[in-house]
Amino acid sequence: MSHAPQPLGAPAVRREGRAKVTGTARYAAERGLPGCLYAWVVPATVPAGRVTAVRTVDALAQPGVHSVLTHDNAPRLHEPDDPILAVLQDDRVPHRGWPVALVVADSLASARAGAEALHITYETTEHDVVLTEDHAGLYTPEEANGGYPAVRERGDFDRAFAESPVRVDVTYTLEPLHNHPMEPHASTARWSPEGHLTVYDSSQGATKVRDSLAAAFGIGTDKVTAVSEHVGGGFGSKGTPRPQAVLAAMAALHTGRPVELALARRQMPALVGHRAPTVQRVRLGAGPDGTLTSVAQEIITHTSTIKEFVEQAAVPARVMYGSPHSRTTHRVAALNVPSPSWMRAPGEAPGMYALESAMDELAAELSLDPVELRLRNDPADEPDSGKPFSSRGLAACLREGAERFGWQDRDPAPGIRREGALLLGTGVASATYPVYASPGHASAHAAPDGTYRIAINATDIGTGARTVLAQIAADVLGAPLDDVAIDIGDSDLPDASLAGGSSGTASWGWAVHKAASGLAERLAAHTGPLPDAGVTVTADTTEETAEKSPYARHAFGAHFAEVAVDTRTGEVRMRRMLGVFAAGRILNSRTGRSQFIGGMTMGIGMALTEGSTLDPVFGDFVESDLASYHVPVCADVAAIEAHWIDEDDPHLNPMGSKGIGEIGIVGAAAAVGNAFRHATGVRLRTLPLTPDRVLTHLA
Amino acid sequence: MKPFAYLRAETVADAVRACAAHPGAKFLGGGTNLVDLMKLGVEAPGLLVDVSRLPLDQVTDTAEGGLRVGATVRNSDLAAHPAVRTRYSALSQALLAGASGQLRNIATTGGNLLQRTRCPYFQDTSKPCNKREPGTGCPAREGAHRDLAVIGYSEDCVATHPSDMAVALAALDADVVLHGPEGERTVPVTGFHRLPGDNPDADTVVRPGELVTEVLLPPLPDGTVCLYRKARDRASYAFALASVAAVLRVRDGRIEHAALAFGGLAHRPWRARAAEEILLGAPATEATFLRAADAELAAARPLRDNAFKVRLARHLAVDALAELTART
Repeated sequence: MSHAPQPLGAPAVRREGRAKVTGTARYAAERGLPGCLYAWVVPATVPAGRVTAVRTVDALAQPGVHSVLTHDNAPRLHEPDDPILAVLQDDRVPHRGWPVALVVADSLASARAGAEALHITYETTEHDVVLTEDHAGLYTPEEANGGYPAVRERGDFDRAFAESPVRVDVTYTLEPLHNHPMEPHASTARWSPEGHLTVYDSSQGATKVRDSLAAAFGIGTDKVTAVSEHVGGGFGSKGTPRPQAVLAAMAALHTGRPVELALARRQMPALVGHRAPTVQRVRLGAGPDGTLTSVAQEIITHTSTIKEFVEQAAVPARVMYGSPHSRTTHRVAALNVPSPSWMRAPGEAPGMYALESAMDELAAELSLDPVELRLRNDPADEPDSGKPFSSRGLAACLREGAERFGWQDRDPAPGIRREGALLLGTGVASATYPVYASPGHASAHAAPDGTYRIAINATDIGTGARTVLAQIAADVLGAPLDDVAIDIGDSDLPDASLAGGSSGTASWGWAVHKAASGLAERLAAHTGPLPDAGVTVTADTTEETAEKSPYARHAFGAHFAEVAVDTRTGEVRMRRMLGVFAAGRILNSRTGRSQFIGGMTMGIGMALTEGSTLDPVFGDFVESDLASYHVPVCADVAAIEAHWIDEDDPHLNPMGSKGIGEIGIVGAAAAVGNAFRHATGVRLRTLPLTPDRVLTHLA
Repeated sequence: MKPFAYLRAETVADAVRACAAHPGAKFLGGGTNLVDLMKLGVEAPGLLVDVSRLPLDQVTDTAEGGLRVGATVRNSDLAAHPAVRTRYSALSQALLAGASGQLRNIATTGGNLLQRTRCPYFQDTSKPCNKREPGTGCPAREGAHRDLAVIGYSEDCVATHPSDMAVALAALDADVVLHGPEGERTVPVTGFHRLPGDNPDADTVVRPGELVTEVLLPPLPDGTVCLYRKARDRASYAFALASVAAVLRVRDGRIEHAALAFGGLAHRPWRARAAEEILLGAPATEATFLRAADAELAAARPLRDNAFKVRLARHLAVDALAELTART
């Protein structure tokens, strides 16, 4: 291995890669604590109502069963900041799958046997899990997810749209989706005799888990340690603390023993969030040359009865294209469904599917190339705020993508490229994702032997965070990468934000950069050998990250897709997909590429294979395993390429980076859907494009 | 999962005896479906009789020119067997269209035949299901049934049989050899699986304690060609929305032999006898194929959300027959 300094951006390999592929990396449910008990969640089997009785005698008689926690005997919690964590506190059943008991036993098998022997009776009330466009419960919330205003109006949309010579008025419908990371949500909890709680939790942010547990159990944050050393994916579903952490901690408190709790795959759809379904009406008015005069995107979605979460799907329309008149709104109905939450690019992923599909429909109305239509509406300033963009690489991405993909040779006529029973088509769509950064703390330590150690409670959920943060520190220190060690994934390390909102590298990297810069200064000023204890510098980026920027800051991108539609079977398969992204400086070309193609692959799933169905009778999601919830397999992805353009944006953070964890999925499904329409001449306004839907609409 | 005993059988006789002596015992092959169902609480055998190491792992030629496939031959091995690939390509294709590489490496021939429906209600013990608990009802009829049956179902059950392999075997006129407490018997694959009727809890005609020991493939006369085609939601690792196995022999433009079976449509591999009747002796033309497919599928009664399957099956059948005709 080379000891020469590697420039930031080099394809450094993942530090924990070997540990992961050889199985030595330990996850939350693999701690092997002595005396550990195993817990099994018992989910409600009615869609709404309350628990009237739990008879535990048979369960407790099962060999190996240690105890059964119910709302009658579970430790009382202080009201948690997130209502989904208030488990076993009362008798209500807000949705099917809500935890109504927890069986704790000396083996997983015994816990499950105990769960089967529990007798639970319910009083059921009427339930409703079906979102409709005219649902009586729809209301306009104040805010949508991310703190965005639910409603924004600019100009006079109604008049401008009515007067537009060319109009598109279309409605898209998206089913719920599930994150389904490879590693299920899991926790191992133990209390020390002195009352210190340690929780190994599969989470995207151990500082937040620590704070939530401390609040729920009414103890100081110094009495809780949350560890998320290795995490097998999250895609947002582990971005907020989940019930398994609270339940494991409760059970450990109740039993006085360490307790391990891993959710079963089948329990995940009801307990760890989902992307809410949306019905999206999009109206675009344009002049004959394609210049937009009016843009409206109106969202209908659902939330649960215990928590308001509003998928902010109309928000990207406030960023994307210039138009003097605009309306972006959200309405939501609270149903007896599990609480929706973050799934990779909440808001942007569903919202840009609809907006970018509608742009394709407008291009067809205008007989204008869809790349050209987007270029003609590329604004200088952010439409909604009027702020200048710190950098906006959309046009560059569209042009470079078109060049690389061979877009210029495209015949826009739909339904004419035949290959036997197949119809082929190509599509394009734009991508966008906001730049976020959160405050964080980090420490940088120089040892007398010339090595360095960085510490920050960042989380590596498979992104390569550990690696890129070491690269940032090595770059600042001018040190070989191998001389920089890094500790992350433990709340006893300096506090940091969660891996979410594509902000991890920016937020943590900023703190690491500051600590390492401070250390470099100290070392430069130091003469003679370092003291035995070395030198440590800590940093806090609260001030820098809180500064309001005069700029609108977003990453942009463009997707190009080619699909083959089997006209006999209705099967839609990818031929190739190419994405070009403008996301500031890419800090690790290897893991960066993985982030992009991972997001694009998830977008292929959204377009072609993934969907969750709410069962109107039972109130739960029908697809509850990976055999029925169809994430794309390798054979579905075919040729996939991600490229990026160099973007030198001084208005971001010391590294000059924008987030890249989510933008890969944004717009990807629209590009695929637009390719489907180009292939067949048929516009389907719902996803996924499975054979049942496709065959029904092909002649 | 309830506690269970485990016994590894050394001989067929031992296996049958052990199973017969223990009500609620189950044979364990690759376990790719049974163990899943045990984890779900759908199956709760008191004893697992592991038959995966019985000396039934060979594929051999029969005196008649067919093939004898041992029940413990793994799906991957069977698909890759040279005689299967060259003489019974439909079977090889069907096997490779099923599950994933990892599952095929462990799943057995006998177990593949005996796998159970993937109907979501069957797999969820918190819900009614006549197949799992007779008399509790069938929520699938009004519920999530896009993937379920369009033909041959009953008031009580709309489940489909999930196997790809069995569909090819049905079209190839294979037989299943069973060993039980009362001796050995042979059942054609087409009669091995049942329609649900009013007792959908029984998937097959297998009697208590009977063990699948072999599958027999009859020889295909010279000039006979076959194939398997499957349509699914994703390119791999998905059950058939509909599939077809077709076996055809054409001489001088006329159909001399035709066997057609559908998968994904019914509670068993659906051998299309009505279609075959039209095909036999008729000119090998698209018009014939369409007439044949329509004759068979006229009996289909799709549910609210699965009418597309009828159209899909029609396309698969017509295209398979056309492709085979082009090959002869």
